[in-house]
Amino acid sequence: MLTDLLGIPPQVLFGQLMLGLINGAFYAVLSLGLAVIFGLLNIVNFAHGAFYMLGAFATIFITQYLGIGYWGALIVAPLVVGAFGAVIEYFLLRRLTGVDHLYGLLLTFGLALVIEGTFVKMFGASGVPYPVPEQLAGGVNLGFMFLPWYRAWVVVASVAICIATWLLFERTKIGAYLRAGTENPKLLQAFGVNVPLLTTLAYGYGVALAAFAGVLVAPITQVSPLMGSNLIIVVFAVVVIGGMGSIMGAVVTGLAMGVIEGLTRVFWPEASATVIFMVMAIVLVLRPAGLFGKTA
Amino acid sequence: MSILKKLSLSVSAVAMMASAAAAEISDGIVKIGVLTDMSATYSDVAGQGTVVAAQMAIDEFNGTVAGAPIELVTADHQNKADIAANKAREWGDTQQVDAFAELVTTSVALAVFEVAKQQNKIALVSGAASSPLTSDACIPTGLHWTYNTRALAVGTGSAVVKEGGDTWFFLTADYAFGEALQADVTRVVEAEGGKVLGAAKHPFPASDFSSFVLQAQASGAKVVGLANAGGDTINAIKAANEFGLVAAGQKIAGLLVFLSDVHALGLETAQGLQMTVSFYWDMNDETRAWSQKFFDQTGKMPTGVQAGTYSSVLQYLKAIDATGSDDTDTVLAKMREMPVNDMFATNGILRSDGRMVHDMFLAEVKSPAESTGPWDYLKIVRTIPGEEAYGPLSESNCPTK
Repeated sequence: MLTDLLGIPPQVLFGQLMLGLINGAFYAVLSLGLAVIFGLLNIVNFAHGAFYMLGAFATIFITQYLGIGYWGALIVAPLVVGAFGAVIEYFLLRRLTGVDHLYGLLLTFGLALVIEGTFVKMFGASGVPYPVPEQLAGGVNLGFMFLPWYRAWVVVASVAICIATWLLFERTKIGAYLRAGTENPKLLQAFGVNVPLLTTLAYGYGVALAAFAGVLVAPITQVSPLMGSNLIIVVFAVVVIGGMGSIMGAVVTGLAMGVIEGLTRVFWPEASATVIFMVMAIVLVLRPAGLFGKTA
Repeated sequence: MSILKKLSLSVSAVAMMASAAAAEISDGIVKIGVLTDMSATYSDVAGQGTVVAAQMAIDEFNGTVAGAPIELVTADHQNKADIAANKAREWGDTQQVDAFAELVTTSVALAVFEVAKQQNKIALVSGAASSPLTSDACIPTGLHWTYNTRALAVGTGSAVVKEGGDTWFFLTADYAFGEALQADVTRVVEAEGGKVLGAAKHPFPASDFSSFVLQAQASGAKVVGLANAGGDTINAIKAANEFGLVAAGQKIAGLLVFLSDVHALGLETAQGLQMTVSFYWDMNDETRAWSQKFFDQTGKMPTGVQAGTYSSVLQYLKAIDATGSDDTDTVLAKMREMPVNDMFATNGILRSDGRMVHDMFLAEVKSPAESTGPWDYLKIVRTIPGEEAYGPLSESNCPTK
């Protein structure tokens, strides 16, 4: 066995690969949202981590005040946070159409700082715990690792939402409008399509994806104001590797980077935090547009 | 001599005495700079609470000492050593700051030590925990107040080994503090006849601990020691519960757990956890009264780091009050001469290596049934005498001790 050769027990290797896949699922949903926003609005959305955090906090509020629990939050939280995103697009981001990307980046970065700062002030940096839903408590022993049911659910839910998003953009009329809007908004408008509304909806959808990931992660890690800022840089690296704006690229790269990170944890744990950036550097040198990006 | 002349003479004599005293205070003001983490991982452990605590010490002097006003300045170092060092240098060089206080995160404390050494200013460390701060990395003006990794190791480490936890695996924060804590606990575990099977270093800060928990499970160790703090400890404990580590018979030893962590985790998850603390609000009338005052301002009960910041600033001000001077060497000598007696410490001794030796406590987190209300989280299991917790001075490698 190769694993014996390297002195790594197979259960450790398989376990880490499994975890890598689970983390990859998170990367995929988050980078998918970023890719949608960049692809359609040309905005580098640095507030994505803050929206992810808002999704997790919304789960807590919804459970506490609406009493509809985790499953209700899974639907309501993305809707609420997505609507908030749409409002931000309508009142703030829209004013930056036509100017350099940097302005959008700065605006969203500033927004993230304000939102996170407000939550630190209100809830403290340690955050609030959220329990795993009863139906998914416990887990199964796979022989090489103990797999909590909840983590399995995360992978299923993430893959489902990724496929749904891909179908929406590639196989529906509204998806066709959106893609046409990125190519030539003026022409599309001339055909009588309300392009500004489409843009607002697209941003709202990208933000809702971030919030969806936030709901998924709430029972796993402590729900804390800074949970998004720790993750956002990694997710950006994933998007860059996949090719900015490529939906397929974001999903595949997200899963792949999760697995690569998992492998690194087995062979060289200290490098696990940086391995994605090493891959990014290599990809940028060899294929500047990213693995799935269209070379101009 | 007319009465008027007598009066004016005595008035001028008093005035001269007062100005002589004030002349001993450099720039006519005593300025304390609290450098802490205001916004990141350690901001609940230290943060704004340490500013409130320092202010409470200043308030006990009504804002003036030795005839000079006391001023508090604060800054957020974001757990970054370079930011901390730049701020400390700026404060010392251009803003007449006389002492740096709090300094959570070992890398920050080490960087500020360098500045304090160059500027010959006092550094009152509360939040940073590494024991090398009063050993290999000590400076003549650096004082380490609240706890250190050795004391934590002696408290929790030996208690766990005595209960039969004789094989260990560590989850260690990958920076100076995590390494120091792991090294100190390893020493205690091995001295008690236990064995360390391995360790996984995780990035600081980290949010996903599942893969490290998996490694800990694969190690087969009876005890998984968490050589980390704050948000890292919270997430590690959550992941360990989720992946059935405890259910499968392994035990978690949180080596540096704060009251704020227990509060964030909730008693349901945290119950039964053993922890070594320097302070708990509910120990006697004095601690309860002080903590209530703190609670009124912050809405939280204090952590040991926050109470320790109060104690260190108070002792510093007491020494200035007693000597009428803010000269570093004079104040340091007086701080060492006076035993530390306040609501935080009883007969604490400030050693020549900078270590403030005081009793520590082994505590256990109550179960939800045992707790009678909010913040009623801990029961004190054992008092660890200062000498046992911090070891003899001869153990310190500090060259200037």
